[in-house]
Amino acid sequence: MEHIDWGLVNWSRAQFALTALYHWIFVPLTLGLSFMLAIMETIYYKTGDEKWLKIEKFWLKLFGINFAIGVATGIILEFEFGTNWSNYSWFVGDIFGAPLAIEGIMAFFMESTFIAIMFFGWNKVSKKAHLISTWLVAIGSNLSALWILVANGWMQNPVGMKFNPDTMRNEMENFWDVLFNPVAINKFIHTITSAYTFSALFVIGVSAWLILKNKDKLYAKYSMIIASVFGFLAIIATIITGDGSAKQVAKYQPMKLAAMEGLYKGSRGAPLIAVGTPTIRNGSLIKSIEDDLAGRNQEKVKIEGFEIPYGLSILAFNDPNAFVPGIKDLVEGNPKEGIRSYKERIKSGKIAIEALANYKKAKKEGKESEAKKYLEIFRAHFDDFGYGYFDKLGVEELIPPVTITFMSFHTMVLLGTWFLIFFYLVYRAVQKDNIEKKKWLLKLGVWGIFFGWLAQELGWITAEAGRMPWVIQDLMPTMVAVSHLHKENVMLTFALFFIVFTALLIAEIKIMITTIKNGFSN
Amino acid sequence: MILKKVWLFYYEGFRDMSPRGKKLWFIIFIKLFVMFAILKIFFFPNILKENFHSDKERIEHIEKQLIITPKKD
Repeated sequence: MEHIDWGLVNWSRAQFALTALYHWIFVPLTLGLSFMLAIMETIYYKTGDEKWLKIEKFWLKLFGINFAIGVATGIILEFEFGTNWSNYSWFVGDIFGAPLAIEGIMAFFMESTFIAIMFFGWNKVSKKAHLISTWLVAIGSNLSALWILVANGWMQNPVGMKFNPDTMRNEMENFWDVLFNPVAINKFIHTITSAYTFSALFVIGVSAWLILKNKDKLYAKYSMIIASVFGFLAIIATIITGDGSAKQVAKYQPMKLAAMEGLYKGSRGAPLIAVGTPTIRNGSLIKSIEDDLAGRNQEKVKIEGFEIPYGLSILAFNDPNAFVPGIKDLVEGNPKEGIRSYKERIKSGKIAIEALANYKKAKKEGKESEAKKYLEIFRAHFDDFGYGYFDKLGVEELIPPVTITFMSFHTMVLLGTWFLIFFYLVYRAVQKDNIEKKKWLLKLGVWGIFFGWLAQELGWITAEAGRMPWVIQDLMPTMVAVSHLHKENVMLTFALFFIVFTALLIAEIKIMITTIKNGFSN
Repeated sequence: MILKKVWLFYYEGFRDMSPRGKKLWFIIFIKLFVMFAILKIFFFPNILKENFHSDKERIEHIEKQLIITPKKD
């Protein structure tokens, strides 16, 4: 792996990103709609009002279509781990395998059993048993998400494991540390509540469309009431956990935070850019950063926009005077603020890689005391292990794509703020029974489905693009994680996957539109 | 007896399904077929399982991958 085939690395990344983005079209609706279905069915169970049964059955149909098309799309990601990311798969060992296995078993048993009761059991089990099944589907599908996000959280903040140089893989030392990894827990809540937000926007959007078409208006309004309250609570939880997420990123992935905010030079009392553009006058931002780091820059690198004074320091550390490191501080180090430079970490990582090589050599030659010495060196420098791979590449490779991360993050935050206002407006309009007159709000509601989906995907891009080049934070970069395949093979599977899943998506949308057009009454 | 009940539950559920539901299941079947019988078998082999016969060989392979620092082309 002396020479990197960047084409292979980037195509492998693109393929994984495409698969994850497609998978994430379906998952949020499953997570959120299942809870709204449970709430609607509970109302029906409590009141016995047939209107709620009709509402429940309509949304259940849409839930079923989405679930059926989305089911098992995530398995492609697991295929890719074995084919495209085999070094990574071996390196993570059982830490990644255990949560995914639990997820697989749980998803299979919970979903195949209780979803069947949801769809087939209306006249075969009691009302109570049906209601319990609906709640179990909601809880089960959300617990499935927990295990996936535990695995993802570990990649962002690897804890609870020890690397075994004899097997060349990480071994789990404490399952609870992995499960209760603060990054994983916060990420789980942030992800599922944002999924609830999108689902609420979906219910409002479909209902708004039906009202605009003068169809089943009463049922649509009742659906809107449930969705606007559910969505309002969900977006508040998303904002709170988003704040928690920013604090964790500041602690564990400071370069990601710097990229999210386009913060080049850190400061105390750092402002937050509410709205801005990550470009400067002459050329791209990243080029300017590279030039500046190389001492070639003629003008200061700065992201221009509307700033909230002290905002970033408060967001990151709950302290208006806290120091927030920028890209330059992280790359060059800032001894005054206790920040080690990337050059220092690269040196330390290189020592770790060499110690590992020497340990393996000494072991093969049966030199136990020498092996022990190298193992100690390796352990002392393990936290910087991944940086060692950048020894001959240059520090600029350690900077994530700033423009993509910045734009994704800021657009997501703006959309999230709009959703909070939007849910309130919808609730008030339905409560006052004047939503039919507010065509603009109904039209915005229909567009809300797209914006909800967009915010979801942008959140994922912020989290994943912002942590580049790491596949496992500080330990394994993408270029080391990737399997040695022919780039053309990856391009071919990329194209195949794109065609198959686009066809499936079109099929889903068509079936869904037909079902929506039929409305509640059919 | 219980097995028979479970079987009938699923059997009747699928039998009484609407035409749209059946169409959906047809799409699911195609998807699963493409995923497991085509993509998995022909395009997504497990590299470490297929190219190496034992864990010892796999460890040696990973070792080679992880202890060399990459250069810029």
